[in-house]
Amino acid sequence: MIASAKKVEKTMDRKKVISVKNLVKKFGSFIANDNLNFEVYEGEIFGFLGANGAGKTTALRILSGLSSPTSGEVMVAGYNARRDPEKIKKSIGYMCQKFSLYEDLTSKENIMLYGGIYGMTKSLIKKRTQDLLNRLDFNEYGDRLISDLPLGLRQKLAFSVAVLHEPKIVFLDEPTGGVDPITRRQFWEMIYETANRGITVFVTTHYMDEAEYCDRISIMSEGRIVALDTPAELKKQYAANSVEEVFVKIARPKE
Amino acid sequence: MKRFIGFVKKEFLHIFRDFRTLIILFGIPTAQILIFGFVVSTDIKDAGVAILDLSKDEISVKLSDKICSSGFFKRTGNLQNYGDIDKVMKSGKAKAVIVFGANFGRDLISTGKSDVSIITDGSEPNVATLITSYASAIITDFNRDLAGLPGTGSILVQPEVRMFYNPELKSHFMFVPGVITLIMILICALMTSVTITREKEFGTMEVLLVSPLKPVQIILGKVTPYFLLSFLNVILILLLSWFVFKLPVKGSLVLLLAESMLYILMSLTLGILISTVSKTMQQAIFISLIGLMLPTILLSGFIFPIENMPKAYDLVSAVLPPRYFIVIIKNIMIKGTGFMYVWKETLILAFMTSVFILLSIRNFKVTLE
Repeated sequence: MIASAKKVEKTMDRKKVISVKNLVKKFGSFIANDNLNFEVYEGEIFGFLGANGAGKTTALRILSGLSSPTSGEVMVAGYNARRDPEKIKKSIGYMCQKFSLYEDLTSKENIMLYGGIYGMTKSLIKKRTQDLLNRLDFNEYGDRLISDLPLGLRQKLAFSVAVLHEPKIVFLDEPTGGVDPITRRQFWEMIYETANRGITVFVTTHYMDEAEYCDRISIMSEGRIVALDTPAELKKQYAANSVEEVFVKIARPKE
Repeated sequence: MKRFIGFVKKEFLHIFRDFRTLIILFGIPTAQILIFGFVVSTDIKDAGVAILDLSKDEISVKLSDKICSSGFFKRTGNLQNYGDIDKVMKSGKAKAVIVFGANFGRDLISTGKSDVSIITDGSEPNVATLITSYASAIITDFNRDLAGLPGTGSILVQPEVRMFYNPELKSHFMFVPGVITLIMILICALMTSVTITREKEFGTMEVLLVSPLKPVQIILGKVTPYFLLSFLNVILILLLSWFVFKLPVKGSLVLLLAESMLYILMSLTLGILISTVSKTMQQAIFISLIGLMLPTILLSGFIFPIENMPKAYDLVSAVLPPRYFIVIIKNIMIKGTGFMYVWKETLILAFMTSVFILLSIRNFKVTLE
């Protein structure tokens, strides 16, 4: 696959865009994130896996500047998550599991809105909008309401909007939930394209086949990161045929 | 600031693209004012009345003419005997029958006293009560005219009753301020709580929170359009009550509008507070409608006077913001008083607004964590 070829040249000394040291997040006596340590490099596709309740969402919220760590040091896009969450917010893009465009606005209006929120100038938004519509072969949909678009197209548009302001990192929280396999495939092509432009992609997913597409994956269980490596390396380590097998072996709650 | 303006624009687009929102914003207030003003009127106008005059003398004819030409009553029949009374009442043609006995005029001149019966339809107690008091008032007035005539004995001293501020006791003088109070809190609280929970339900709130927009900007951006439109609404209702009901604003219009702004602000913050405790739009609608409409109608002094309430209800009523705004708006619109007379209520509303803001911020932070 193209991805694995690219990986070899990428493993060398690259810029860190996310660096997490001893991250702990507690809610009262409940420990949601128990001493997390990991780094994510520029242009990398980083898969963030874990069963429901493993602490993924909590970590994602801290990384995106929504909540503050109890202790530990978290640097995202060169900013400290405790001190400068607002600066982090400007340098990242975000697309969530639920659908993030406004259905009663047109494609162009949605693009305009998010471009404006991220402080882009009108002329830049116009230019990028045109590029985006051309690239997605989307011109006929520009003035259509989102509610008139099929789900696959909406998902693609939502992703393009999330990276419209050319962020350093884009966080995707289960972006392909409820999408058909063909659209998922196309969606991942977009992710590759984005990563090739140097934008780091941080993605959480439940689909284990998608995890195979990532450069590196981390697997969380009960608030801890229990595995972190390339999919190939993890499969070798756990003597498994697929990431799914690896996942089942380590993420299953201990009896 | 540019981010904020773009965000406000988007909120306006939501409102103008949604037919239902527009209906709730502008259709309902207009309909309410007209319905309350016309239909729920407690005035009597042209009520059907039948006369059974067994005497047919000068005085009885004069009195029945006076009653029927007052504008409150309309003569719908002249009856011949007692048996007709039941018939004309049952047919619904007359809400009341006035009966003069066979010796009405003669008794009056010889003894200075005579009786007239007013028979009303008790199946509509409110109307019946009103008719009785209106008719009695006219008869009292007639007595005074008689007393002024030469040769009719002593002059009776009659109490003269005048209603200040609303001399004709027009009921929409009471309803228009009440409807403004009710509608504004309902619409503002309902619309803001729904529009904010909608973002939560659709997942767009998450995206906004991760964006460089500050939470305060998000909330303000969502609320600003509703603030402007609600203010427009107040002006619309005032114009409507002026053109349709000839209800003037006796006091300062500027003061009235300023107080309305405060009240709208209070209602919007209440809406924000509701949105912080509701997870779904349905929940928000439920709290806004059931939690606000009934207490406002029943306990705010809108229809039932607070003075007559049992102590416990009075205490509940004390925490209802509409109770204070109704005092303010009635004072300014109908009595024409200035700020000196409503500063206490104004202060209470301002205080409530700040409490709602503080509670919302606290709840919002908890949800964020």
